[in-house]
Amino acid sequence: MTFLSYVINGVSLGSIYAIIALGYTMVYGIAKMLNFAHGDVIMVGAYICFYAVSRFALPPLLGIVLAMLVCTVLGVVIERLAYKPLRSAPSLAVLITAIGMSYFLQNMAQLLWTANPKVFPTAAIFGDKTGLGLFGGSLKISYVTIVTIVTCLVIMVGLTLFTRSTKMGKAMRACSEDKGAAQLMGINVNLTISVTFAIGSALAAIAGVLLCSAYPNLVPTTGSMPGIKAFTAAVFGGIGSIPGALLGGLLLGVIEIFARAYISTQLSDAIVFAVLIVVLLVKPAGLLGRQVREKV
Amino acid sequence: MKKVLCLLLAVLMAAGCFAGCASKTDTPAPADSATPPANNATPDAAPDADAAPAGGAFKLGGTGPLTGGAAIYGNAAKQGAEIAVEEINAMGGIQFDLRYEDDVHDAEKAVNAYNTLKDWGMQISLGSVTSKPCEATSAETFNDRIFSLTPSASSTAVIEGKDNQFQMCFMDPNQGSASAQYIADQKLGSKIAIIYKNDDVYSVGIYETFKTKSAELGLEIVSETTFADGADTDFSVQLTDAQKNGADLLFLPMYYQPASLILAQAKAMDFTPKYFGVDGMDGILTMEGFDATLAEGVMLLTPFNADATDDKTVNFVTKYQEKYGEVPNQFAADAYDCVYAYKQALEAANADAGMDAATLCDLMISQFTSMTFDGITGEAMTWGTDGAVTKSPKGMVIENGGYAGM
Repeated sequence: MTFLSYVINGVSLGSIYAIIALGYTMVYGIAKMLNFAHGDVIMVGAYICFYAVSRFALPPLLGIVLAMLVCTVLGVVIERLAYKPLRSAPSLAVLITAIGMSYFLQNMAQLLWTANPKVFPTAAIFGDKTGLGLFGGSLKISYVTIVTIVTCLVIMVGLTLFTRSTKMGKAMRACSEDKGAAQLMGINVNLTISVTFAIGSALAAIAGVLLCSAYPNLVPTTGSMPGIKAFTAAVFGGIGSIPGALLGGLLLGVIEIFARAYISTQLSDAIVFAVLIVVLLVKPAGLLGRQVREKV
Repeated sequence: MKKVLCLLLAVLMAAGCFAGCASKTDTPAPADSATPPANNATPDAAPDADAAPAGGAFKLGGTGPLTGGAAIYGNAAKQGAEIAVEEINAMGGIQFDLRYEDDVHDAEKAVNAYNTLKDWGMQISLGSVTSKPCEATSAETFNDRIFSLTPSASSTAVIEGKDNQFQMCFMDPNQGSASAQYIADQKLGSKIAIIYKNDDVYSVGIYETFKTKSAELGLEIVSETTFADGADTDFSVQLTDAQKNGADLLFLPMYYQPASLILAQAKAMDFTPKYFGVDGMDGILTMEGFDATLAEGVMLLTPFNADATDDKTVNFVTKYQEKYGEVPNQFAADAYDCVYAYKQALEAANADAGMDAATLCDLMISQFTSMTFDGITGEAMTWGTDGAVTKSPKGMVIENGGYAGM
C-alpha cells in the first residue's frame, strides 16, 4: 500500500513536470530554441491568476483565462524584443538571451509583487475536497493530479492535431524543417514563430495555475526549479516530441519520488540526473526522440 | 517600426534605472549628502541641526539578500534597521549612516558586497542577514578588525573563534536544545518525526543539537527525513515516512515557506500530528492568502511577537506597517534591536564618529560583553565573550490565527 501511495505521489509530481515540459518541447520543436524563460512565464501566469482570484475575487475560470491572455501577450512580446533580433545569430547567443530574460522576469516580478511568499488559492479553484479516496480511503489521489493529467492529455492531443492538420500547423512544421525554404514557399516565418510562442506561453499559464495548485507557494522564483526539471523531462522523453514530454515528465516524477522514498532523501536529485545520463547514453535522442522523425 | 521599438525600449530601460535607484537610495541619499560636510567639519562645527554633536554619523553597513529567493529576509532586516536609524537620527545625539548591500544569499557575493562597504568606509557592521554569507563575511570583519553584530545569522561558525563577532539572534544549538527541553517538559509528544533542510546550516545546526538533547532526555525520534534547495515543494515522501512510523509530533527546524507546504500537504493526506517549529516559523501567518486554520495549534519558540502589546513593539510594528505595508517578522525586529544596541553601546563608550574602525571595535567588544540591553526581541539581553546572546525564547502557540503564549 505504501508502494502504491508512492506511485501516486510520483505521478502527481510527474504530471506537473509533464505539463511544463509540453511548453518547452513545443517551442523547441518549432523555433529550435531552448526558451529558458518558460519557467518564469509560468510564474507570471500563476501571479496573474493569484491576483485575479485572491485579490479581486474573480471566478477561477476567468482568472485562468486572464492569466492565459497576459502570458500570451508576454510570450509574444518577449519573442519580438529579445529573440527575433537574434534569429540569425548563433544558437548560443539565443540561449544566453533566454537565460537573461529568465532573470529579468524574476526580478521584475520581485519589483512588482515583492519577494514575500503568497499562498495560492487552491481551495477557491478546486473546492475544499482535496482528493479522491481509493481502496476505502487508504489511498488518496488529489483532484489537482487528476485535472493535471487530463489537461496534459487534452493538450497533447490538441497540439498533435493542430500541427498535423491546420494550415498554421503545417507552416510550423515547415519552419521547423527549414526556415529559409519555408520563407521561399511564401510562409510568414515571423508570424509562425510568434504564434508558436503565443501557444507555448498560454500553455505556461495553465501549467503555472496547476503547479501552484499542487504546491501553493508563490514567490518570484517559483517557476525556475520546476522549469529546469521540466526541461530535463523534455530531454528525457526526447525534446521536440509531444508525447515524449508527457512520458518524460511522468517518469521523472516517479523516479524522483522512488529515489527519495527507497534510497535517500538527500540524493534524490543526483539519482534522477544519473538516470537521465544513462538514458541519453543509450538513446541520445531521448526516449521517444527517434520515433517521431518529423519534429512536431 | 524598428526605430520606434528601440526608442520605446530605451525609455523603458531609463525608467527602469530610475525606479531601481529610487528604491535603492532611499536611505543613503540623505545620509550621503550629510556625510561630506560632516567629515570636513571639526567636531564642534556641526553643519546643521540634524548632525550629531560629536560630529558626523557612524557608518553602519550590512549585507543581506535583497534580491533572489531569500530576499524576504534581507529586505526585512534592512527595513527594520532603516526604521531604527530614522528614529535615532531624529532624536539627535548619535547619528547613523546606514548602507545595505545585496549578497543574494551567496557567500562569494557577500564578500564582494562587504568589500564595497569597506571601501565606503564602514566603521561598524551589521554582518550579514543569513548564515551562509555571514560565515564568509565574519571571517573578513574579524581580520579587518571591524566590529560586527548580525541580526539573524544564527549558525555557530559565524562567531566561533572570533572575538569581535556578535549575534542578536539565538545561536542554532540553543534553539535545538531549548525545543527538545520544552517538548520533554511539557510532554508534548512521545514519537517525534523531524524534517530538516540538509543544505542549510541553520536547519542542520538545530537538528543536530535537538537530536543530542532528545537522546539525553529520552525522547524517541521515529523518523528523520531531509529536503534541499530546489527540492523543497514536494514533501509527500517525508510525510508518508513520518505517518508510517506513527509519529505524533513533527519537529520542523526550518523557515516558514517550506513549513507552510508541509502543513498543507499533511492535511491533504489526513496526517494530523502536533507541530513544533523554531523562530524561522515566525512569519507563516503573514503570508498573503495563507489559510490560518492549517497552522492552528502549531507551537514555536520565537523571540519576537508582532502581536505583543508593549509600547516598543506596537510603535515598531505600526511604523513598519505604515512605511512598508506589511507586518514585520523577526528579522526586521532583530535588525531594529541591533541598531538600538549599537546606540546604547556607543553612548556608553562615549564614542564619536571620527574614530577608526579598529578603535571602535575594541570599545564595542568591552561594551557588549558588559552591558544589558532591553529590546523588542527580548528583555535583559546579555552577551558572552564568545559573542552569543543570552535571552529567553518565548513559547508561542498559534490560536485563532494569532500567537498566544504557552
